[in-house]
Amino acid sequence: MRIINSTLGLAVAAAATLSVATPSLARDNIQIAGSSTVLPFASIAAEEFGNTFPQFKAPVVGSGGTGGGMRQFCQGIGASTIDIANASRAMKPAEIESCHAAGVEKIIEVKIGYDGIVFASRRDKAEFKLEPKHVWAAIARQVPIDGKMVDNPYGRWNQIDKSLPNQQITLVIPASNHGTREVFDEKVLIEGCKTFKEMAKLEGDAQKEACLKLRQDSGTVVEIAGDYTETLARLQAQADAIGVFGLSFYESNLDRLQIATIDGVTATQETVISGEYPVSRPLFFYVKGEHIGVIPGLIEFAQFFVSDAVSGVDSPLFEAGLIPLSDDERAKVLSNIKNRKVVGK
Amino acid sequence: MTTPNSKNAERLARVAASLKKRHAAEKRFRFFGVLASLLALSFVAIFFVSILSRGLPAFWQATFNLDVYFDPAIIEVEPRPVPNPGESPADFQQRDYAWQSQVGMVNWNRILENSLIALRPDLEDERRTLRSLFTSGERFALRDRFIENPDLLGQTVRLKLLADANVDVWIRGNIDRDLPDAQQQLSPRVRELADAFFATDALQMNFSTALLVNPDSRSSPASAGLGGAFMGSVYMILVVLFLSVPLAVAAAIYLEEFAPRNAITDLIEVNINNLAAVPSIVFGLLGAAVFINYLKMPLSAPLVGGLVLSLMTLPTVIIATRAALKAVPPSIRQAALGLGASKVQTVFHHVLPLAIPGVLTGAIIGVAQALGETAPLLLIGMSAFVSTIPGGPLEQSAALPVQIYLWQGNELRNFFEGRTAAAIIVLLALMLSMNALAIWLRKRFETRW
Repeated sequence: MRIINSTLGLAVAAAATLSVATPSLARDNIQIAGSSTVLPFASIAAEEFGNTFPQFKAPVVGSGGTGGGMRQFCQGIGASTIDIANASRAMKPAEIESCHAAGVEKIIEVKIGYDGIVFASRRDKAEFKLEPKHVWAAIARQVPIDGKMVDNPYGRWNQIDKSLPNQQITLVIPASNHGTREVFDEKVLIEGCKTFKEMAKLEGDAQKEACLKLRQDSGTVVEIAGDYTETLARLQAQADAIGVFGLSFYESNLDRLQIATIDGVTATQETVISGEYPVSRPLFFYVKGEHIGVIPGLIEFAQFFVSDAVSGVDSPLFEAGLIPLSDDERAKVLSNIKNRKVVGK
Repeated sequence: MTTPNSKNAERLARVAASLKKRHAAEKRFRFFGVLASLLALSFVAIFFVSILSRGLPAFWQATFNLDVYFDPAIIEVEPRPVPNPGESPADFQQRDYAWQSQVGMVNWNRILENSLIALRPDLEDERRTLRSLFTSGERFALRDRFIENPDLLGQTVRLKLLADANVDVWIRGNIDRDLPDAQQQLSPRVRELADAFFATDALQMNFSTALLVNPDSRSSPASAGLGGAFMGSVYMILVVLFLSVPLAVAAAIYLEEFAPRNAITDLIEVNINNLAAVPSIVFGLLGAAVFINYLKMPLSAPLVGGLVLSLMTLPTVIIATRAALKAVPPSIRQAALGLGASKVQTVFHHVLPLAIPGVLTGAIIGVAQALGETAPLLLIGMSAFVSTIPGGPLEQSAALPVQIYLWQGNELRNFFEGRTAAAIIVLLALMLSMNALAIWLRKRFETRW
């Protein structure tokens, strides 16, 4: 069977090369791209989907970060555009607009679960008990000292707070193409920044801008545009570095990494579900409504992904580190899919 | 007062003195030359030793050798449907899918667990732990085996079943076995059972074909393989061969044998040489813009990858072919023309056959280069996760070098470091054999003038 397929394939290859200009070739499997945090989960769901439904092909899952995925998603309608965009944050109004402008009007939002963001360091180094204000003070460009804003003078963690280890400040954070960065900015930097009364005085965008200015002296803040493995490699090269990871990545590398507590809470699947651990975010994927009924299995895949058997407690995705939705949330998401509820309208 | 004799002696002394210096300089130069070669060789050696030492063990995987009983009490399915007379193929397909789904609903995990419980009846109450010893893909492997051969029902078959990736890491000692429980990926009980089964014949390190024949897998990392990426690369290489080699050879023959020498052909020649030096990522950008965005060709398809790589290979093969044509002595052409052959006859009957070894070498080296190329493929979406083996050049797939890149980024570091190195070995073996083929062809058909 496989052999017949391959020889047929060769014939097709030869034929296809001759007719290069054939436009828009039909597609019979789902194409996904976007957030690298969602990628492992989406890949597992895709594989299980292909294994469960003999009549559908397994979806193909690409990466590219939340922003990159959105850009591809909003390119338009047709077989050469993707059907689903993975996102580790909700779609922004600007992105919805650009989608509408390209004719993508029926965007169905599907929340799949949650992920914690952890501050991990090497196992052989000291343990950290961090608070958002420590993190902000470590990497902000200007910090208030004795009521005046001065250029960040801190070189070691214990200069910020006596309780922290005497260790050089090196924070490896995701670059802005990652959805994780946005959550880091919002839930760590801005929260930490607001605890300083000089910054709390500021309002709205001015505050946001001032809080998110990072120091630029070499080596204290390292932005990583690639995957978490790149962050891990940084930690292996620089013993003092602290990396920002997704909780699920940490759980696959327990032997090398340890995580800092945030406000005294250790990140686990339980503390993130309960909301005790402060730095977590929902994960999403977005379905292109126009492709439902054209690309076979699209709506079935969405339902399969959020079903309790695939992403609930003790499911394959749970084992892979996804923090599941509550039963109420799951029911709501499933009904949204069923009713084809679109965002931004 | 200087005599000619003393002048001579002085000269000789000067020569003798400088001779020593010149000898020393030569020795120094030779020494540095040897040193440089040794340094280069040692880097190659370090590279191979590190890749081989990490990659070769990955071909052996923790594998269960178990008697698996296809228990009719668990596999409660009807016999596989056969086409009824007068039934349309679509209807039959529907019934067959329904049957396959029904087979998929069978609790295959239970059959896996039972095969271990048959060895250790005392573990009846620990089914969950037993299940976690197997990689999750094995239940589908059992199902597919049954769908292929429903007669297995009620039979006991000796099967090799892959263990979970973390079990493999534990048995192998890739994770420090002395770490406390909190830092281990597996629970103490799973580790204990893995060791117990490893002490008997039930769990062994076996040579595993999974790495070579399976497609990539995320849900069942232990069964992840290079099969899909390999077929993707094969399709791409075929597209490159069928597209770029004929085009490049035709272009080279025209430019070398027929084209007039003028400003336009000079310009073309300069541009071809420049194209050969263009970084491959630029071809990727071009491919994404033209093939994907403008011509609306499918993402992640080997056809598009092949087209992009063809663009990249064209100048290389043109240059190699022209060099091979140039090497054919003019006397051959003059003789053919002198006997009344036309220009086309001269080229195709005499010059080209003599240049074939050079053309083939150039083509193979160009194709081998294309085989190892990663950057342009990332830009046309070939870095996606594909869990199936492509059946043709229009179906989505990865490629070998891209698969290395993807595995390198997998979060299960302890397991995939070995897998990545193994994939590098496979890719290197392919490249080396292609280069060897090129050398062999050259030696076999080379003509000395």
